[in-house]
Amino acid sequence: MITEDPKHQDIHEYLAEMEDIPGTRVFTAKRARQGYHLNQFAMSLMKDENRAKFKADERAYLDEWPLTEEQKLGVLARDYNKCLDLGGNVYFLSKLFSTDGVPFAEAVSTMTDMAFPEYREMMMRGGRSPEGARSIKANEAAAAAAKKEDR
Amino acid sequence: MARITAGVASSHVPLLGVASDFNKDRDDYFGPIFAGYDWTRAWEKAEKPDVIILVYNDHASAFDMKIIPTFAIGCGERYKSADEGWGPRAVPDVEGHPDLAWHMAQSLILDEFDMTIINEMDVDHGLTVPLSMMFGKPDAWPCKVVPLAVNVVTYPPPSGNRCWALGEAVRKAVESFPEDLNVQIWGTGGMSHQLQGPRAGLINKEWDNMFLDGLIGESDHLRRIPHIEYLRETGSEGIEMVMWLVMRGALGKKTRALHRHYHVPCSNTAIGHMVLRPDNGEGLDMTGSDTVNAIAAE
Repeated sequence: MITEDPKHQDIHEYLAEMEDIPGTRVFTAKRARQGYHLNQFAMSLMKDENRAKFKADERAYLDEWPLTEEQKLGVLARDYNKCLDLGGNVYFLSKLFSTDGVPFAEAVSTMTDMAFPEYREMMMRGGRSPEGARSIKANEAAAAAAKKEDR
Repeated sequence: MARITAGVASSHVPLLGVASDFNKDRDDYFGPIFAGYDWTRAWEKAEKPDVIILVYNDHASAFDMKIIPTFAIGCGERYKSADEGWGPRAVPDVEGHPDLAWHMAQSLILDEFDMTIINEMDVDHGLTVPLSMMFGKPDAWPCKVVPLAVNVVTYPPPSGNRCWALGEAVRKAVESFPEDLNVQIWGTGGMSHQLQGPRAGLINKEWDNMFLDGLIGESDHLRRIPHIEYLRETGSEGIEMVMWLVMRGALGKKTRALHRHYHVPCSNTAIGHMVLRPDNGEGLDMTGSDTVNAIAAE
């Protein structure tokens, strides 16, 4: 367990570390700004009348929001990794899961390389191990070292 | 005077609310999770807290991207269950304690914690699931609640150290409230889980149990864990555990554990639950319930 004095936290180091986690988009200010309208659109689905309107014509409903075309296509395709890349946050996107009537874990599984039954099985076996999933830099260094050994 | 008599930590996975509301709480999947709360339910009946200070995070329910308070305290009379996209949970309204909450807000601000004061809001599963876990399905919740919401969604959330220090200030605030009140503080969320991206489903049993161990006794090393450690070791949503540190900070220098429970999985998440007593010479086992109910629950 690493501990440190938070008073010595440098903002630039802090933000750089946030980008060093494999398969993860930390919801930093940059993403929060990029995804502002995407997340507020998702938030609007908290209201029954908006859910009905969205379901009746998804494209028309999306066109009422100042989203980029890419964000709209991400939503229409329910490509949640794409939505995360474009500033979406999972707690906001979850309003879309419930609008679709898709269980949270099933929607989450679509962001992994597993189908839902396989994902569920992984969770029953204790979940995904953090081994090899902690740091992009560490993984790259390990891969480079392994390659050197192969030669 | 009011005093903090116990701290409770618990995950607040929304699916637990669904299980409770639709009577699936004793089936094969949920049974082992809820069984770990039986001890606490019996203990809470004996303890009869007057007020719970409930540290939780809102999940894009009451707060959207328009306003993001780092620390917010609910000073309202009552709170309704939020519609999180499938209709509000059919649970009782949550009754606030505006006198204590406003007192706390003033005391915390004078203590240099710049709280956001909330008079009206709906409360989501972050707050209502822990109530269901600890109290079951009553017609009305058996005590009042002061909601204390922490931003753990938009980065950066407050540091663990700041959360711990807020807990220390909460204790001071409670102890300067003149009315005799039995107050508990609950820290909710966690433990390891990641709900997003290709790394979703991450669970770290070893780390979670190290964290549980660290809540007991005199050590305060947990307050110095940086955000990146939570992210790497416990998944992107494991950061919720900083909210447990508000609870721990409010219990003073030393604690002892009365009850502990850990289970994987619940949906995408590792369930952790702990009941702690402040152990600084307060002599707080006032009902003898620490032992009596341990026997009753068996």
